[in-house]
Amino acid sequence: MKLQSTDFELFELPARFAQDRADIDLRWKALQKQAHPDRFAAEGAAAQRVAMQWSVRINEAYQRLKDPLKRASYLCELSGAPIRAHENTAMPADFLMQQMAWRESLEEADTAQALETLLEDTSSARSAALADLAQLLDVQLDPVAAAQVVRRLMFVERFAHEVEERLDRISA
Amino acid sequence: MSGWRRFIPHRMALLQISEPGQTPDPHQRRIGVGIDLGTTHSLVAAVRHGVAECLPDEQGRVVLPSVVRYMEGGGRQIGFDALAAQVQDPLNTIASVKRLMGRGLADMQVELPYDLVDQPGMVAVRTRAGDKSPVEVSAEILATLRYRAEDSFNADIDGAVITVPAYFDEAQRQATKDAATLAGLNVLRLINEPTAAAIAYGLDHQSEGVFAVYDLGGGTFDISILRLTRGVFEVVATGGDSALGGDDYDRAVADWLLGQAGAPQSLSPSARAELLRQARQAKEALSSQDSVDLTLSLDGVEIKTRLDRATLAHVSAALTAKTLAAVRRVLRDARLDKGDIQGVVMVGGSTRMPLVLGAVREFFGQEPLTNLNPDEVVALGAALSANQLVGNRGGEELLLLDVIPLSLGIETMGGLVERIVPRNQTIPTAMAQDFTTYKDGQTALALHVVQGERDLVADCRSLARFELRGIPPMAAGAARIRVTFTVDADGLLTVAAREQGSGVEAHIDVKPSYGLADEEIARMLQDSFSTAQQDMQARALAEAQVDADRMLLATQSALDLDSDLLTPDELQHISALMAALHHTRQADQSADAATLEAATQALAHGTEAFAAMRMNKGIQQALAGKNIATI
Repeated sequence: MKLQSTDFELFELPARFAQDRADIDLRWKALQKQAHPDRFAAEGAAAQRVAMQWSVRINEAYQRLKDPLKRASYLCELSGAPIRAHENTAMPADFLMQQMAWRESLEEADTAQALETLLEDTSSARSAALADLAQLLDVQLDPVAAAQVVRRLMFVERFAHEVEERLDRISA
Repeated sequence: MSGWRRFIPHRMALLQISEPGQTPDPHQRRIGVGIDLGTTHSLVAAVRHGVAECLPDEQGRVVLPSVVRYMEGGGRQIGFDALAAQVQDPLNTIASVKRLMGRGLADMQVELPYDLVDQPGMVAVRTRAGDKSPVEVSAEILATLRYRAEDSFNADIDGAVITVPAYFDEAQRQATKDAATLAGLNVLRLINEPTAAAIAYGLDHQSEGVFAVYDLGGGTFDISILRLTRGVFEVVATGGDSALGGDDYDRAVADWLLGQAGAPQSLSPSARAELLRQARQAKEALSSQDSVDLTLSLDGVEIKTRLDRATLAHVSAALTAKTLAAVRRVLRDARLDKGDIQGVVMVGGSTRMPLVLGAVREFFGQEPLTNLNPDEVVALGAALSANQLVGNRGGEELLLLDVIPLSLGIETMGGLVERIVPRNQTIPTAMAQDFTTYKDGQTALALHVVQGERDLVADCRSLARFELRGIPPMAAGAARIRVTFTVDADGLLTVAAREQGSGVEAHIDVKPSYGLADEEIARMLQDSFSTAQQDMQARALAEAQVDADRMLLATQSALDLDSDLLTPDELQHISALMAALHHTRQADQSADAATLEAATQALAHGTEAFAAMRMNKGIQQALAGKNIATI
């Protein structure tokens, strides 16, 4: 095992989209039990430094593996279809229409209730996109098409984040 | 094992090094203490005979009021004596200093009974003994607890875990660590108060599942969601308010008292201290009775009135509501519903208020857990952690996976924040982002590091500024500057910037704006502080000796376990470095600290590759051939 191993290699998981979150969590904790700097607090600086490097690397892999969107974009990248969101901005028309409708609802939403409803809408759009990703990455083995779905999902998540921030302000 | 024999001569040399009496006995228990440095009071705890317990003072009291009084003639009172003098000598008696840690005058939203002076970086308190930094005042409290622990064990302390509110930012954490250093403590780790409470609670009750820790102290509020599985304490999300606590309830009561008929409209410092003292006592009394009668004498004006629970709840309703808003947000961050929470652990003296308990009960729809003493639980958890970090094995091994409470980012064009590390990221972590130049031929890039959740730099806390210089002149947008934020297990930040094409680098430990520079700490030590009587050089040498012993011992145990990973040459190299360090440590008692440090450094450097090999082996064993479900 090397610091440069892929996230999947590091966690000894098959490189595919479908993953069991509970299993990822268990592996993460098992790895951190070996590598966390706290285990080496009584040892010298060299051991501390190595532990810090590995612990950081394990957390990095964990962040990517546990989050379906990050995991999907990582898989696309490994399969030669990097996301490059800034260079690939073309989106299907119906998707753009839906985005505009959401933005309008967000402008108008002035109660926590309205914002919660909007969050539910984004959440079902998210579930649909994740199902598409599972199909494209694990069954059809089409990373290029998957990368397109990832880019759309990035919009959805960014929007959901804005809704949540608005909720924070309303409830604060 | 065919090559094994050839190693024997080196092995012999190693055995000589660990002759009894020459290096510390590896089985000797080391002393690690946990310190809860609170707004209202502080405690020290340690594991003795396998059990964590709070250490009492000579009168048997475990709590030390976090109050320091500077007296005529250079003396100081710390704790109960200082607390008793608060009304009589308000300007020189500093309470609630935790609220000033890492803060500027502009941050102060509430009036305090003593005089504050604005100073670059951090506010100071003007006393008869001069201007005192909050770091110095906190160090007095920490040193008092350190002496208490040393007296209890009749030995030196090997290290301490200090707790901080989970919602403390970078500047507040750094200030706390500086105070501990100033008090002569070897800081093993800063850990978050709710996490410490969860350790004490979880280990005590063998609990598993998702728990919320609601921690309302004297001046800070934290809410953390933790997932507990055998020995692993994973913080899922944390939130709170680092300037909201029992003090604010006292002030709400005080304001109500001033609103009563006949109350004077401006108060002397003594009267203000008396008003706050009575307000606090009334609030505390209402935890066990329904109403309380008060008689106050403020600058000669007498006020008689009655305060009941309903009125207390009414005047403080906004404060309680603020805590619940933070609870809702943290649940959202954790992507959990309140129904997912298995238990709610109450921590901090302010959770004794029935109105707080009631609000939390109503919110979660379950009875909060109050079976551990809310004053002691944080110190006890810190002691359990310290015992392990100091190197004592035995018992279940703990693993704390904590998070960073507030997002970290840098300023970009137009005063906007580009977030680099989002809040609730598990630490340690390193995250990077690429930036570029915006002018042709631009050779320097100024970086402004900020912390907070808002989009505008002006609304976030400024942590540090530094410059990357020497970028080769290029067209605008052609340079690729990678900025890496590294947050260690204490939650402290280091920032590095590197131009990818030319390899030009700049690097900063984020300290200057609010923390203290090392020279300042040294000056404070020399100036006034109680440990300053010690010869500074002797202290440096003693520290270097401890480091050398620790390094020798750690290397020896690593070799005992894993020397088979090394080639004969590598083993010989490490043996030679050990022998050299051992020689410097033993043969020449008059060796100066710098020489000894250099030899320790050489061994540390020389064992780096070995440490990497050992880690590799550990990582491979972590998952190999194990049934994951049983880990």
